[in-house]
Amino acid sequence: MLTYKFDWGVLWRQPYGEWLLQGLWLTIQLGALAWVIALSLGILFGTLRSVRFWPLRIIGALYVEIFRNIPFLVQLFFWFYAGPMLLGKTLQFKINQISGLNYYIAIFGLGLYTASRVAEHVRAGFASIGHGQYDAVLSTGMTRLQMYWYVMIPHALRLIIPPLTTEFLTIFKNSAVAMTIGVAETTFMSYKIDEQTFHGLEATTGAMAIYLVLGMTVVKLMDRIESRFRIPGLMSR
Amino acid sequence: MDAVLENLPYLLGGFLTNLQLAAFALAGGIFLGTLVGLGRISKRPWVYYPVTLYVNFLRNIPLILVIFWFFFVMPILIGKTLDPFVSAAVSFVVFEATYFGEIFRAGFQSISKDLVSAAYSTGLTYRQTAAYILVPIAVRRMLPSLITQSIITFQDTSLAYVIGLQEMVRRTTIVDGLEVRSVQLYTFVAILFFVICFVGSRISLHYEEKSRKAKVL
Repeated sequence: MLTYKFDWGVLWRQPYGEWLLQGLWLTIQLGALAWVIALSLGILFGTLRSVRFWPLRIIGALYVEIFRNIPFLVQLFFWFYAGPMLLGKTLQFKINQISGLNYYIAIFGLGLYTASRVAEHVRAGFASIGHGQYDAVLSTGMTRLQMYWYVMIPHALRLIIPPLTTEFLTIFKNSAVAMTIGVAETTFMSYKIDEQTFHGLEATTGAMAIYLVLGMTVVKLMDRIESRFRIPGLMSR
Repeated sequence: MDAVLENLPYLLGGFLTNLQLAAFALAGGIFLGTLVGLGRISKRPWVYYPVTLYVNFLRNIPLILVIFWFFFVMPILIGKTLDPFVSAAVSFVVFEATYFGEIFRAGFQSISKDLVSAAYSTGLTYRQTAAYILVPIAVRRMLPSLITQSIITFQDTSLAYVIGLQEMVRRTTIVDGLEVRSVQLYTFVAILFFVICFVGSRISLHYEEKSRKAKVL
């Protein structure tokens, strides 16, 4: 054992304590904003995968397969380094001038990636609704679009709240990857504290505690949402 | 495509590191995961609670942070800086074992007690019941999730990038720094990962269908 002097003070001493809190605030922003994208695109592509018209089903399947089978880090680097180049020289120049570009790309990339996972849950939700309900809804005279919007999507979403909770937790954990493109979230900050003080062990341990508290808070929040939207008469936990 | 072709041996060398890291992570993770799974169904509280704490703790923390943590803690424990590969391999084993452990637990728990009683009533011993009934059925049920988790582990090996391991993504950023051909380079990396993971997910799907038809699910 090396003579290592623990210095837990790096967790609250200024400016390091403040860095960690700033990191937490960014982690929350990344997770929450990316979740908005993930949920909307996830519902869209998950629904596309269960419609009757096969070209739409293929679009949904393509999206899910592409985004699920490429590591998130590679996706993020693609959007960050290659993304602006795809848009042509003039636009690329303009985009690279945006301040905080890495922050927006992290939200966008994390949202697109998580959407593929949400889409899979949405599809599973549709699959667990019996066929009789489709016929019943259509027999009331609703169009297919109305059927999805007013009946099927709300029903499927309520069925899949537990796996969506897991995804919501995962999105905060995956947001840590944004540090690789320089977004100063919690993990980035703990690494930065190490660079300044060489007390990376204490800093990363502190960051772990932050993620644990964040995770527990999210679970509490989702428990409330789950009991609020539980479908009466179904088995509950 | 020149940037990719000219640096192909270098890039593929990095990909080999990803494969090696995944091999270590899977071998160690599945072995430790089996023990974790057994611990999670143990009736002894001094086994169950520590193992449950370990699982719930690590599953709430980003893998990237665990990789950093081990990178910082190992020099303190053994007194010298570790090779990034070894450090990454250790963090992957410890981290993935919690996920494999939960898959094993679900597999064990999916077997009904009636099935065990039925096996005993035919005169099978405990050892025979385990070897011919429990393990084969549990493995068949777990196989799809095991393959899926293995694919995730393989994708996760790219995160060893953060401690400077010379795996494929790290080498791609190095090449990109010299050549500035981001579109071609990252598309190439993405395709390579995609092909392997897509084939893996098809295999997983195949076993899922197979066991559904055999009515073991």
